[in-house]
Amino acid sequence: MTAAAILIQFLNGLASASSLFLVAAGLSLIFGVTRIVNFAHGSLYMLGTYIAYSLIEHFGRGPLGFWGAVLLAGLIVAAFGALVEIFLLRRIYAAPELLQLLATFALVLIVKDFALWVWGPEDLLGPRAPGLGGAVEIAGRQFPEYDLFLIVLGPLVLAILWAILTRTRWGTLVRAATEDREMAGALGVNQKWLFTGVFALGSLLAGLGGSVQIPREPANLFMDLSVISDAFVVVVVGGLGSIGGAFLAALLIAEIKAFCIGIGDVTWFGHVLSFSKLTLVVEFIVMAVVLVIRPWGLLGRQQSVPRSSGAAEAPLALPSRTAVQALVALLAALALVPVFFSGYALVLLIDIMVFALFSVSLYFIMGPGGMHSFGHAAYFGLGAYGAGLIVKSGAAMEVGLLAGPLLAGIGALVFGWFCVRLSGVYLAMLTLAFAQIAWSVVFQWDAVTGGSNGLIGIWPAPWLASKTAYYYLALAGCATGIFVLWRILYAPFGYALRAGRDSPLRADAIGIDVRSRQWGAFVIAGLAAGLAGSLSAFSKGSISPESMAVPRSVDGLVMVLLGGIQNLTGPVWGAALFTWLQDAVAREIDYWRAVLGAVILALVLAFPQGIAGYIGQFIESRRVKSAGAPA
Amino acid sequence: MSVLKVRNLSKAYGGVQAVSNVTFEVAAGELLALIGPNGAGKTTCFNMLNGQIAADSGSVEFEGRALTGLKPRQVWRLGVGRTFQITATFASMTVRENVQMALLSHHGRLGSLASIATRACVDEAEALLERVGMRAQADRSCAVLAYGDLKRIELAVALANEPRLLLMDEPTAGMAPKERNALMRLAADLARDSNIAVLFTEHDMDVVFAHADRIIVLAAGELIAEGRPDEVRAHPKVREVYLGSGAMYGATHA
Repeated sequence: MTAAAILIQFLNGLASASSLFLVAAGLSLIFGVTRIVNFAHGSLYMLGTYIAYSLIEHFGRGPLGFWGAVLLAGLIVAAFGALVEIFLLRRIYAAPELLQLLATFALVLIVKDFALWVWGPEDLLGPRAPGLGGAVEIAGRQFPEYDLFLIVLGPLVLAILWAILTRTRWGTLVRAATEDREMAGALGVNQKWLFTGVFALGSLLAGLGGSVQIPREPANLFMDLSVISDAFVVVVVGGLGSIGGAFLAALLIAEIKAFCIGIGDVTWFGHVLSFSKLTLVVEFIVMAVVLVIRPWGLLGRQQSVPRSSGAAEAPLALPSRTAVQALVALLAALALVPVFFSGYALVLLIDIMVFALFSVSLYFIMGPGGMHSFGHAAYFGLGAYGAGLIVKSGAAMEVGLLAGPLLAGIGALVFGWFCVRLSGVYLAMLTLAFAQIAWSVVFQWDAVTGGSNGLIGIWPAPWLASKTAYYYLALAGCATGIFVLWRILYAPFGYALRAGRDSPLRADAIGIDVRSRQWGAFVIAGLAAGLAGSLSAFSKGSISPESMAVPRSVDGLVMVLLGGIQNLTGPVWGAALFTWLQDAVAREIDYWRAVLGAVILALVLAFPQGIAGYIGQFIESRRVKSAGAPA
Repeated sequence: MSVLKVRNLSKAYGGVQAVSNVTFEVAAGELLALIGPNGAGKTTCFNMLNGQIAADSGSVEFEGRALTGLKPRQVWRLGVGRTFQITATFASMTVRENVQMALLSHHGRLGSLASIATRACVDEAEALLERVGMRAQADRSCAVLAYGDLKRIELAVALANEPRLLLMDEPTAGMAPKERNALMRLAADLARDSNIAVLFTEHDMDVVFAHADRIIVLAAGELIAEGRPDEVRAHPKVREVYLGSGAMYGATHA
């Protein structure tokens, strides 16, 4: 690269950093004060872009119309954010962290379908900024004027935020609440309006981040998840709650990306190494490296442990005779299904069983393990691809069913080693990062994985070719997998895992190596998710990269949380309900994601313990009542 | 014979010398109390013994083996039990299960994927609970127990690996005065019965003077006095450090 090319790539990096910083700063502010990881932050960004587009169409493309629209779009998103905070988040601040995540994810679904309804599925490219539509010559090359504006915007917003946070009374309160929320409350700070204000400010930043992108990037329906994963990475690399850290991280990541694009393809010892393809994963590699070296991010500090962590889980009782009988009856009923039904019913049931195993394996590390994974689909996908690839290479399908889980297990062994070194939100983000890396590899490695097309023609062996035969294989595989996972939880291994979650201090003091325990659990869960993935691949006959993308991981989270994290059977009911709902609703309704989101929100608000948790409580309260008052 | 030998232990935080040059020993069956005013360095000293914090200099030997640089779980494996100032129990488990975990770990059976955890070491666990008077509550969840009961469970857990040394940080903190003496008497009896060396820190001077065989006094990170309770009570430096704090008042009436 010449010096001029380096300069231009550097400036490109600066321009992309600004928008990234705006979104990440908002996310970081909101997390710092409310302790909510706002999954919907990317959706706010997307809304900003769409609204700015419509406003410009409405006001005209003059300077006033354009800049007025950009600002107004930010303000509208801020108002929307405030409403979300008042009507939704206020009700769930006391709920477990994961339910808050689920609620904000429901918002993602609703906003996505709202955008589809209002703006349609086509990409919408806005006009150039009036007055900044041209290019200037820098080092002999053309550089867009608008990008120069963006380069200035980032540091400007940083300065304004810094001034607000350090020079105003409100800013002092925000910093106090970030430092110690309970203490700020005890000192008489009105938390309600502080939280609303912070959420509105964060939303404003997200909305502006989106609206200033309108001349650079067309508004589209996929912005939400791509922006949120970028913003997560920036916030985690910078340190949760640190605005300066977010700026530094945005700069670092945007520059590295810009240079990867600038370098392009390089031939090293006869191999072509494509740096531009690396852009999809490079930020996640940066994040993984930073988290392992500095677990709290570049400028972050260790999170103080919140003082209230909700009600403790009830001791794990061995299943009662009735419960065992009910499960056996359920298994028998499932085994009889092919006698009475065929075709689609079997396909749907196979899906449900596969996802039940997937969701139990996720529960295994989230519940008893206390490790919240946002990237569990990676192991599902590795299982599917492992099985598919080995079959494509000529091996028998039965070998594929072994190879799939094995590949997923190896993946979990490698990724898990890093993940168990972190905890809480940081661990969750690292699991997301690894899932994204795995996805990118699969997505880009056309020669082996078929890239975005995936693999087709992955069919079971002849003796399993009929739907009925495959149904029995899936039933046997999933039931065995789920049983083994449950059984391990009753074994000393499972108890030691829970011990490490309940009190790492005490666990260590009685000789339990908590980390290696968690690592082991990670691998076991990976194997099980891989089995689910392999079974799913042969059932569908094809594999696509979506099987390991972020939405699949989120599906898993939704299933576990729907069923309730405090109950062993919860994830199975959650998976069944979710898969059935998705299937039934998606066929009937165009805007099924919004319906799903609304259902999730209703469930979160009505049953913060999950469905099975709620039923369990209900039975318990009935039992206590019928036992009468204690003597 | 000395079970624990501490030589010239020092630790500084920035410019503050939290513990400087502390030397002492604990013999089998002996109850040694480590006392001192707030900020004297008791907890720092304590946490260096079982590996929670690394010492700047000095040595800690347990039965002739150096403990320096070992992790808490390795220290435990050697035969050192530990209770915490703020109880640390497994809240999602029953009383019996808490003790069973320690027993399973002691017998090296925690890695098992196949056996049923709650059916292992039941008799042993109940025997330990019997010793601390908690057998009747074996099936209750630790999440719903009173604080004093949790302290007893910690004691049972700490005894599960048949320790030769027991480290108790503020064993009676947070308990009602009446319960404190009962708990400390229980700990003292258990230790003497099994010939366990006990080192404990304590704020309640009634408890200390009633149960300790020997007392060492820390002030501003330095060991200023050492001896039998009556010797320490009469020690001029101790009187100087404590006088006016009122902490000794109760002791003269004990």
